[in-house]
Amino acid sequence: MSQPLIKIAGLYKLFGNKPKRHMELVHSGKTKDEILTETGHTLGLREINLDIQRGEIFVIMGLSGSGKSTLIRHFNRLIDPTEGRVEVEGEDIMTYDEKTLREFRRKKMSMVFQRFGLLPHYSVLDNVAYGLKNQGVAKAERDKHAKRWLEDVGLAGYEQQYPAQLSGGQQQRVGLARALCTDAEILLMDEAFSALDPLIRSEMQDQLVQLQSKLHKTIVFITHDLDEALRIGDRIAILRDGELIQVGKPAEILLEPADDYVEKFVRDVNRARALTVETVMQPALCRISSDNIDEAVKQMREQKSDYGFYVADDGFKGAFTLGQLTDLAEEKGVQSLDDAASEGAPVISPDSPLEDIIPQTLNHECPLPVVNESGELTGQLSRESLMQVLTGSPGR
Amino acid sequence: MSWLTEFPELSRGDLMALRKTLDGAYREFSREYGETIESLFDPLLTFLIWFEKLLIATPWWLMIGILLVITHLAARSIKLTIGVGVSLFLVGYLGMWEDTMSTLSIITVCTLLSIVLGIPIGIAMARSDRVQAVVTPILDIMQTMPAFVYLIPVVMLLGIGKIPGLIAVVIYAIPPVIRLTNLGIRLVDKEVLEAADAYGASPWQRLLNVELPLAMPNIMAGINQTIMMALAMVVIASMIGVAGLGQPVLKSITNQYFTLGLLNGGAIVVLAIIFDRVSQAYAKRAQRHMGDQHS
Repeated sequence: MSQPLIKIAGLYKLFGNKPKRHMELVHSGKTKDEILTETGHTLGLREINLDIQRGEIFVIMGLSGSGKSTLIRHFNRLIDPTEGRVEVEGEDIMTYDEKTLREFRRKKMSMVFQRFGLLPHYSVLDNVAYGLKNQGVAKAERDKHAKRWLEDVGLAGYEQQYPAQLSGGQQQRVGLARALCTDAEILLMDEAFSALDPLIRSEMQDQLVQLQSKLHKTIVFITHDLDEALRIGDRIAILRDGELIQVGKPAEILLEPADDYVEKFVRDVNRARALTVETVMQPALCRISSDNIDEAVKQMREQKSDYGFYVADDGFKGAFTLGQLTDLAEEKGVQSLDDAASEGAPVISPDSPLEDIIPQTLNHECPLPVVNESGELTGQLSRESLMQVLTGSPGR
Repeated sequence: MSWLTEFPELSRGDLMALRKTLDGAYREFSREYGETIESLFDPLLTFLIWFEKLLIATPWWLMIGILLVITHLAARSIKLTIGVGVSLFLVGYLGMWEDTMSTLSIITVCTLLSIVLGIPIGIAMARSDRVQAVVTPILDIMQTMPAFVYLIPVVMLLGIGKIPGLIAVVIYAIPPVIRLTNLGIRLVDKEVLEAADAYGASPWQRLLNVELPLAMPNIMAGINQTIMMALAMVVIASMIGVAGLGQPVLKSITNQYFTLGLLNGGAIVVLAIIFDRVSQAYAKRAQRHMGDQHS
């Protein structure tokens, strides 16, 4: 993998009056509670190591008190670590002096806050332009940018309103527009949608994913909601009591939880919605290369399979069971698979969530072919493996 | 064992010596530096006199007109503007126009001075807990020490006149604006401050664009209190030669002129109400967008 955009190495945070003095205790492996009773210092984060790649949505998930908000504030040094490094593009931002840090915050990173953090005495437009104002950009110029971003988040026409006049969802859109307006490459989102009601929240999640597909920012997203994490995250880190428990792709977290703690979380997740076909499909075993039905039947028998996927030179054509083929050949006299393609089993897309394909999969005895946008066969999904995943039974 | 029955006090002689030494030292000091210090205040005195003369020399109808325009611009309320006009006219009609203008001038200068000194001190207190720990007891003393007590050294140093009066009024009236500036800045929403930092605001940008505007409701309340307290000091200040509505009040105390006292006291109340309503209406209007995010 290429050099990560953000690298966090050996990060510790001990809250209290003299944190440096008590770091030895932390390194000696004492627990958070022991450290608190012995020194009165609270261990916020313990040995965090993270690599965040350019262009991904990286979700940090944890319950309240897990240190996730503390962690995200280390990315732009709203909180300084007791020990450890934070590197952005290979540069250790801990070495920055105040002025460099300010430039870094103005240009490189922007942040969205849980309770929006808007300036109540600024109009919506001025709020969006706030980052540019700090940079010293002229009024006309920054208003132009701000207007564009307000349109992009769907708030055109609200320029002259004040934050208190908007609903929560609208206010957070302003917060998002403000973050985007500086053209910063990295977006820090601290429980950005947690204060919103469920409907608005999922709307905002969709909007974020949609914006991201256009903008390709690097987003660090904090949440306490695993469903949200699974929905928007390219990768997820799970934090408990200031320690990283697991980092991985959503499917990895769901299917291979690192420990009981993660498993407990994962248990209540709606897997059918969280997982896509791609994450649970298996390699397509029986491929048929011949157009001739007799030849196809022969190939299936050779592979001891009672179904097969016909793949021609220009891609996937259809899926058939053995019985289907013999019927076709004997009763209808069809000889070419090309003519029979419409009779085959339905195909499913690797990107669709499981809940969309449950009916088709259950209605067919043989595994369904998984075919991507360019028409290639990428795998198969049987109803047995689907059931296994959905019920969460072990063995996978 | 006399200390059981009697308080172990300093002997009379010693006490006398202590007082004499301190008084003597201070007298020496004021003899030595009084004039230098007085000359430091000369520009302020010149301004004070010029401003008072200006207010008195301005024709009464023009003055009322100016005050009405200010009231209207600040409060945008016809009712308030008419009320101010009528009460000012009454004050003048009852023969107190000149004294009222004198008082208006010294109160205005005192308030401006309190704001100019008080807000930076309040900001410094909000910035540092140590400064707050030092300044708070000083403010407590300033507010509880009887005004006459700190008038003594001021008069010894600067004599009787406008400047000592001004200093006395400012000492008495400045604590609210300092306290409420400090409080207001400390109460600014932490998340908004984090947002300012996260978007790379410099300390100045943070102060001017975020902290002061958001602390403004509290600061305005402080300024309002400061004005009220300055007005309350008018009578005491008149004892050391400050012209204005305090003088006739003082005269009516010594001569038992009830009506004279009542009228002049009424004029002070009228000034107080004008200052109070106008500044409050202005503050309210300036913060009408804050909604319920800041209460």
